[in-house]
Amino acid sequence: MKVIEVLGPGCYNCHLLEQAAIEAIAITGIEASVVKVTDYARIAAYRVMHTPGLVIDGRVVSAGRIPAPAEIAGWLTPA
Amino acid sequence: MTALPLRRVHVPFRVVAPIVVIGWLAAWFANLPLANWVAYDLLGLERGSHIGDAVAFFLLDVPKVLLLLLGIMTAVSFLRSYFPPERMRAALAGRGTLPATVGAAAFGVVTPFCSCSAVPLFIGFVEAGIPLGVTFAFLISSPMVNEVALVLLWGLFGPGIALLYMAAGLTVAIVGGLVLGRLPLERWIEPWVLAVRAGGGATSLDLRLSVEQRMRDAWSSTKDLVRKVLLYVIIGIGIGAFIHGFVPTELVAQIGGRDNPFAVPIVVAIAIPLYSNAAGTIPIVEALLGKGMPLGTTLAFMMAIVAISLPEFVILRRVMKLRLITVFATVVVTGILAVGFLFNALGL
Repeated sequence: MKVIEVLGPGCYNCHLLEQAAIEAIAITGIEASVVKVTDYARIAAYRVMHTPGLVIDGRVVSAGRIPAPAEIAGWLTPA
Repeated sequence: MTALPLRRVHVPFRVVAPIVVIGWLAAWFANLPLANWVAYDLLGLERGSHIGDAVAFFLLDVPKVLLLLLGIMTAVSFLRSYFPPERMRAALAGRGTLPATVGAAAFGVVTPFCSCSAVPLFIGFVEAGIPLGVTFAFLISSPMVNEVALVLLWGLFGPGIALLYMAAGLTVAIVGGLVLGRLPLERWIEPWVLAVRAGGGATSLDLRLSVEQRMRDAWSSTKDLVRKVLLYVIIGIGIGAFIHGFVPTELVAQIGGRDNPFAVPIVVAIAIPLYSNAAGTIPIVEALLGKGMPLGTTLAFMMAIVAISLPEFVILRRVMKLRLITVFATVVVTGILAVGFLFNALGL
């Protein structure tokens, strides 16, 4: 069970990223949950300066952009 | 929203790019004759009549602004993907006050500014030990000299006014940053922000992306932006078209004119609630300038629209005490008023 965190105060882009993450889970078919992180102190703890940020199992994989679902799927299932 | 993922045909980037560029150029050059043809021939409106001019203005400006936004925003978003804030922070940390302030203001032009990102950015800067004045120079220039405003100014007013606007905005940001840097403001930062600084550890983020990924990101962010601002643009151009066709020049000159010393503060006050709708207001400003509003008043109006955003202040309240936000806003407003009065006094 993987944990995907979407870092961002809850703006439009954060919402798009959350949707992309949900689609990525559907593509891969793996078990994962999507959590929104809106608290600035927690975002800062990940050293993300540019929202929206994406964290998979505690590792920052993207910041300041909205990766395509296929790209997120790639991070969810490492070759 | 759960449509089957369609397998898209992958056309190589080398093939798509020239087609898009040629299509864009064709649309750009066809715009003026097409707008005139529709207004005066197809609709049979009379040249020089109020309604004819208003309709032609509208038909010319809507596609023009759309083309500018789509084309140039994609290019700008692509280029700025090479300047992420992490890189900027590394470049600014440990420099002298003046070069760092100038650098931060310049970085503000190329980096996107979303008020959502203001807080993480602010924390990231404080954490790296970048002086507050430098951080503020960035926070002023990033929304003020923003790419949407510049693109629209360039397209609708020409390069002269766009560059003048950029120079004035950068000056306000640099001077504002230097002034704020002289004040003892650290005590008005929320304590938890300073606590973050104590934490260690580097980001594990890999910033390398392929050119195609950057292009794709640029296109999708441009699409989102255009979708968000389109309605405002159309309303703004509609109002601009009305002004262009129906409002007498004497009226604008009388209210916004150089002889009215209150013109600059009045337009700044009007602009404050219009925050961040640069795309919708620039066409109105274009029409007003055409009707004789002086340049200083026009620039001050534009700057106040994009730089003074109440939602941004609300978001910044999470990391700054109200007093700090007040000082910050005062410096920005003073700078904008100074630009307005100066350009009006120069009689440009």
